[in-house]
Amino acid sequence: MIGYWVEIPRTNIRQAFTHSHFLGMIEREVVIKNRAGLHTRPAATLVKLAAKFKADFLIAKDGFEINGKSIIGVMTLAAEQGAKLLLRFSGPDEEEAAEAILQLFDRAFDEPT
Amino acid sequence: MTPTEPIRQEVVFRGIAASAGIVWGPAYIFQKQTPVISENSVEAGHLDAEIHRLRSAVDRSRKELAKIYEFAKQKLGDHQAKIFEAQLMILEDLVLFEAIVKRILAEQKNAEYIVHDEIEKYRRVMVAATDEYTRERALDVEDVRNRILRNLRDEKLISRLDGSPVIVAPNLAAADALILSRNTILAYVTEVGGVTSHMALLARALKIPAVVGLRQLTSAVHNGDRILVDGYAGVVVVNPSPDTIKMYEEKRERYREFEERLAGLRDLPAETPDGRRVELSANVELAEELEFIKLQGADGIGLYRSESLLLGREVFPNEEEQYREYRMLVDTMYPKRVVIRTFDIGGDKFMTSQTSRENNPFLGWRGIRVMLDRPEIFLEQLRAILRVSDRRTVSIMFPMISNIKELRRAKELVEDAKGQLRSRGLAFDDKVRIGTMIEVPAAAVIVEDLAREVDFISIGTNDLIQYLLAVDRGNDIVSGLYQEFHPAVVRFLRRIIERGKESRVRVAMCGEMAGDPLATILLLGLGLDEFSVVPKVLPEIKKIIRTVKYRDAKKIAKKALTMVTEDEMKNYLADVMKKYSPDIPREEERIQE
Repeated sequence: MIGYWVEIPRTNIRQAFTHSHFLGMIEREVVIKNRAGLHTRPAATLVKLAAKFKADFLIAKDGFEINGKSIIGVMTLAAEQGAKLLLRFSGPDEEEAAEAILQLFDRAFDEPT
Repeated sequence: MTPTEPIRQEVVFRGIAASAGIVWGPAYIFQKQTPVISENSVEAGHLDAEIHRLRSAVDRSRKELAKIYEFAKQKLGDHQAKIFEAQLMILEDLVLFEAIVKRILAEQKNAEYIVHDEIEKYRRVMVAATDEYTRERALDVEDVRNRILRNLRDEKLISRLDGSPVIVAPNLAAADALILSRNTILAYVTEVGGVTSHMALLARALKIPAVVGLRQLTSAVHNGDRILVDGYAGVVVVNPSPDTIKMYEEKRERYREFEERLAGLRDLPAETPDGRRVELSANVELAEELEFIKLQGADGIGLYRSESLLLGREVFPNEEEQYREYRMLVDTMYPKRVVIRTFDIGGDKFMTSQTSRENNPFLGWRGIRVMLDRPEIFLEQLRAILRVSDRRTVSIMFPMISNIKELRRAKELVEDAKGQLRSRGLAFDDKVRIGTMIEVPAAAVIVEDLAREVDFISIGTNDLIQYLLAVDRGNDIVSGLYQEFHPAVVRFLRRIIERGKESRVRVAMCGEMAGDPLATILLLGLGLDEFSVVPKVLPEIKKIIRTVKYRDAKKIAKKALTMVTEDEMKNYLADVMKKYSPDIPREEERIQE
């Protein structure tokens, strides 16, 4: 299935890396803690939270990236309990965005673990 | 019908019963065309209009879905309605639609083409996912895409129907089934779909009869044809004769009366009037059945067929995948007991990758034999099961044990799996209960020896009977010789149950015979401790147990044991049944083909 990933629209990734403000990009690794994984409800919470910030928010899993502000993108991650994700934030409010979103992962999306 | 039209013959279709009830009425063929997407160029001057067209189609789709979601909440409650939430969120995905708009502008192509192409990329990733959940979401994505495409074509959603039809469809999305239910729908019948599809769950929640898996049905039915649906037996009759209708009228009435009485039994124990309490549990293959099982008032799960996880797969699911499935199963049923049977593969259910053919698969490499030859796979499964035993409700059961050595080796592997979990610091129930199936005649003969090594035994009658009588019941030439009530079978069962009880283990039965109402009193009288049955028959079996005194059942069993032919035994048991439970509907009134 990994072959399919290359075809996924990776919004802004290429532009992002050439763009100067990405030099200050924040990268964090997180682990999915809740039992049910990143299913629809936590995915929705995550996307809604990310939308509150101007910063670009990308999620990488197994070396492939999707836009963390897109529910359909997050749904394709199939991130189960224990899965490791790499989060990237870049933009004017990247620190605030990272803090809020890392907290959400840390709280296991307020779901049973 | 005008006299010039040919008189249409009654045609019977057999499918899978998905939602109970008997109805008949005119057929309405609900067939959604698969959208044909053409790739067209749009002139630069018309691009704005194209984007506008897209926006209004998305807008209409969102309004439609919002209505469906609201309607679902009213009709099904918030929890069930959630199946539509994901679709609604996709329609509000700004990133997705920005990408689509950008592509329309950059590639100067029509909205249909770009919408289809863009969403298809995500759908394909989901379809290829290893977890069931994500694969199911692919259907949501497809449904959303088709909704946008339909609105781009300016086609209306079909939601108003005339009269009260039976919906006949090749396939029915949950959203369509729900929308259609705003009309007075008599039943749903579809060519594809299983008992666990969203559509089937919905039909049960809405109490609309449904039969699924009716191959070739739509080509045999015309709009307006009279069609009869039996959601109990999974039968559909096209153009039923007056006699057939009369027969089903009677069947419906019988079931209605019967169900009214059964509904009161749900929360009562499976206990005889003189105080013999047996356990009445369910056989399960799919997680989606759990809700139904609880509604049926089961004491627990007496047989979870773990090999159902392997269906349609090329590789064994790993420990984590299995762990998630078992976790869900055990947590949903908690605090009720769950017996997980380790993979019973081979025989009639081998994986697609297993290419070598055996001349005699039922006497070949199957059940525990496969697992003991593949300890790495077995250990992976045992660890997954042990990890969900932490709530102390789980038992492990081995299939196809034929000698003590196999049982001891399997138990050693359980201990090995425990050691592996210990070193990983994971919790499990050290005293997890172990049981063995008794389905090979040799195991039945040495049952007292096996019983000393386990906490419970469970009789698998399907295999036991075919091995004992040397009859392959899948072979039409001899299947008539497969007799549940062959005196040899009944005497053999008595032996197994008696010896098991003497060794102080629980004796359960999880074969089909446990769910045959005709056998209930006999098995009760032989001293069976647990009946594990298909969920559908659970209330019926409970009703019988609650009507017969244990004392009387023992006498009846004793008398049955003196019979020398199957016919004699069946007639006797049928008479007994008539006396104790005259109202149990029997299946022999099923339509003759």
